[in-house]
Amino acid sequence: MNGSVFNVTMFLAILPELWIFVLASVVLILELVLPKEQHRLLGWVTAVGLLVGIGVSLIVGVPPTQAQFVWGDLIRFDQLGYVFSLLFMFGAAMTALFSIHLERLGQRGDYYVLMLVSTLGMCLMASAADVIMLYLAIETTSIPLYVLAGFYKEDEKSTEAGFKYLLFGAMTSAIMLFGFSYLFGFTGTTNLYALVNLVAQKQLSPLLLYGVLALILAGFAFKISAFPFHFWAPDVYAGAPTPITGFLSTASKAAGFAVLIRVLWVGFPAIQPYWVYILTGVSIATMTIGNLLALAQRDIKRLLAYSSIAHAGYALIGFVAVSELGATSVIFYLIVYLLTNLAAFGTVSVFEKKSGSSEIAAFAGLSRRSPWLAMMMLVAFLSLAGMPPFGGFVIKFAVFAAAVQRGLIGLAVIGVLNSIVGLYYYLTVLKVIYLYRSEEEQVAVPIPEASLLALAVLCIGVIVMGVIAAPWFNIATLGARAMW
Amino acid sequence: MQFPILSFIVFTPIVAALIIFLIPEDRKGEVRVAALAASAFALVLSIWVYFAYDVGVGGYQFVEQVSWIPALGISYKVGLDGMNAPLVLLTGVVMFTGVLISWGIDDRPREFFTFLFILATGVFGVFVSLDLFMLFFFYEIAVFPMYLLISIWGWKETREYAAMKLTLYLFVGSVIALVGALAMYFTAGLGTFDMLELERAGFSREFQILWFPFVFIGFGVLGGIFPFHNWSPDGHVAAPTAVSMFHAGVLMKLGAFAALRVGLMLLPEGAKFHMGWIILLTLVNVVYGAFIASVQTDFKYVIGFSSVSHMGLVLMGFATLTREGFIGSGIQMFSHGVMTALFFAVVGMVYDQAHTREIPKLGGFRKVMPMVAIAFIIGGLVSMGMPGFSGFIAEFPIFMGVWKSYPLIAIIAAISIVITASYIIRVVGRVFYGKMPEEFEGHVHDVTVLDKIALLFLSFILIALGVFPGWMVPLVESGVDTILRLLGGA
Repeated sequence: MNGSVFNVTMFLAILPELWIFVLASVVLILELVLPKEQHRLLGWVTAVGLLVGIGVSLIVGVPPTQAQFVWGDLIRFDQLGYVFSLLFMFGAAMTALFSIHLERLGQRGDYYVLMLVSTLGMCLMASAADVIMLYLAIETTSIPLYVLAGFYKEDEKSTEAGFKYLLFGAMTSAIMLFGFSYLFGFTGTTNLYALVNLVAQKQLSPLLLYGVLALILAGFAFKISAFPFHFWAPDVYAGAPTPITGFLSTASKAAGFAVLIRVLWVGFPAIQPYWVYILTGVSIATMTIGNLLALAQRDIKRLLAYSSIAHAGYALIGFVAVSELGATSVIFYLIVYLLTNLAAFGTVSVFEKKSGSSEIAAFAGLSRRSPWLAMMMLVAFLSLAGMPPFGGFVIKFAVFAAAVQRGLIGLAVIGVLNSIVGLYYYLTVLKVIYLYRSEEEQVAVPIPEASLLALAVLCIGVIVMGVIAAPWFNIATLGARAMW
Repeated sequence: MQFPILSFIVFTPIVAALIIFLIPEDRKGEVRVAALAASAFALVLSIWVYFAYDVGVGGYQFVEQVSWIPALGISYKVGLDGMNAPLVLLTGVVMFTGVLISWGIDDRPREFFTFLFILATGVFGVFVSLDLFMLFFFYEIAVFPMYLLISIWGWKETREYAAMKLTLYLFVGSVIALVGALAMYFTAGLGTFDMLELERAGFSREFQILWFPFVFIGFGVLGGIFPFHNWSPDGHVAAPTAVSMFHAGVLMKLGAFAALRVGLMLLPEGAKFHMGWIILLTLVNVVYGAFIASVQTDFKYVIGFSSVSHMGLVLMGFATLTREGFIGSGIQMFSHGVMTALFFAVVGMVYDQAHTREIPKLGGFRKVMPMVAIAFIIGGLVSMGMPGFSGFIAEFPIFMGVWKSYPLIAIIAAISIVITASYIIRVVGRVFYGKMPEEFEGHVHDVTVLDKIALLFLSFILIALGVFPGWMVPLVESGVDTILRLLGGA
């Protein structure tokens, strides 16, 4: 742990962050330089820049087999952070592609800059090894997202979404910070990896730790929209610009999970039974509430909001099965879920642009209006429902397997029953798309080329992950092993 | 490495589905031709592999194995033995005739054949899987297209309800079985989902007794086991003709087959413990199904409930745990599959002309569609278990097996034969003979050549098996030997 001298590893460790920072600056300058009618380019620059960044990271930014602490132990350069960073950059690139055709959104430089800054924060969240770094990263992620959720200033729903998100976020983040401060007070360190030893040395009362952890969990539960901090999600998802909703429900949620994994598994093994109990309960409540409330939704964005709450519950199943398979299944879950849900919101965004409505009923006749868009929705929704040959099946299998391995058969059964409820409402949407007729059947729904590209990548990705699962599973395993 | 014939069979339909979906929407003719070509190809492959199987050698042949997720011990492993070879052939037959019969579908045929072929891949996959994970993988691939096929192209009155009911029933069954399968995987501790390895895992008796009902009943749902048979007649009736054929002809076998392969073969001690009461459930299937069929006035419901009754016989054969029972069930799966495909094809043809399926309103159809009438009668004779038809070859051993273990149940189950005869004869008499109602005169026409080819093909198989059982019975016997070995020679 020597961080006083600059060396190459230090910069490699934050290569994605640096790249994103430069990219954000470039976009900001380009907005000033480019004439207004060419502002579409901004989106392409963002997306291509991020994808190139992923390529560069893949080539030169691979973390060493032995994880290293850099920047004064603030950051841990390991596979876990690396995998997640790439995932966030990919998610942001896809979101940028979905945004290009929306005039009020995708042709403004500040939109992309905010998104990039938020992505930067997520990358730091995934690799932070210190609670101060962690807190800063979470705020860096959240504040741009508050703005993005309320980006349509003239739209009341969007403004409301931004404001609601801000209030909820600020509150839970304050509670979390409060928890962090206690943690420092008790142990005298802010480093997660030092924390473990100090807790053992000082023989801290578990009761104190319980209290601290409860406070911290509030902040994390908000990020992953888990019960009882899920109330913001439906309203914010429904009101925010659709590409941003997709971003919120995938990358932001995955970042929350990355932090949850690291903090709980690394920082609090001493009271593991305690948080396993809590999170088992949270998992059950989250998936059940998410699924049951999704049944009643008429707006597709709200439906997907509840579905994404439910998915946080499923991912937690793998999480509470504290094992290597459990961690692998959670990471794998998030990878596939990110692709799937982005595809779902992408299709919604394309359709919404044409029809101006996100009511489920408005999707009637879509398979006649645009067979390909309908087919992509089919892929996304069936993958969300956990059907093969899509990735959704494999990840659901993986989390249930992790639970059964640890003897949590009851939890697996509850998860299974929930997935049946899930299947019901996903099929209901597909029924509207394929079965119901509408008066506008002759009006085709064009897919803008940027969105088409993103959707094709995502849908093929979802199928590939379901059919050739091993490489992705192995990547997730690498991430899981790197934690300690 | 040998030619991967089984993979070709499994993936031909799904590749065809992709190609079909790439054909522009308005070129419906080309879509149909492509579908027919693909299904003919799959049929030829499945006939070839069926006859290429070497009965003298026995065991699993044409085995292919490719590692899939090595970390979890999941591999894509397929193989053919005496139990699944007839079912692969059956799927090929039903797929081919199903395409012939669906020629007239005019609403989005492209999507129809795409979904139908995805379904076919799932079905082929389940039958040949030797890996527990892959079995589930294909099993669920077979379930979801069903929903869309029924809800989009089904009978307007009940399709939404029936499709959802069917899908949820089957999904519940499969995920419950999935939990059982995961329990097997981790309890065995072998780190593999290979069923041939799991067969030797030596699960404790308590474990087997605990999990057998979950797995067997979970899959049994798709086999139509009482009291979870309810989805099936509704589903059959609501589905378009080709899907009903697939559904009753092949999909229900999927459930029975998976219950056999995963339930019975991996948990034999559990099977021995539980079969005493499970056979009672199947008895209800057999007798109650036949009774309900006999009081239906809707032509399609008659056939739908007859499937419940006949599938009950398959499961009853399993439940006897005797050599005769297994042989009979193995053949019954094939025989019933072809027979019920024929029945549903006939129902579809009559309905397309008459636009009603109410038996009292029909009559005299023999005059306009003689071949359809003859095909139905052949199917009916199979259904009654007449000697000279495949039904006899199948049902006789089942009853022998039941008689050996539970004579009383054999006597009660035999009642179903009488009831079956009564409703088949009633349908033949009312629908095909008698006087044709006036409103049909001049409006009802004979069926197309393609329909006739399909009927001829199906009838031919039923008679061929009845007259020359030698091309299937030894094969099934060799498969049964494997099962009996696992059961410890019971």
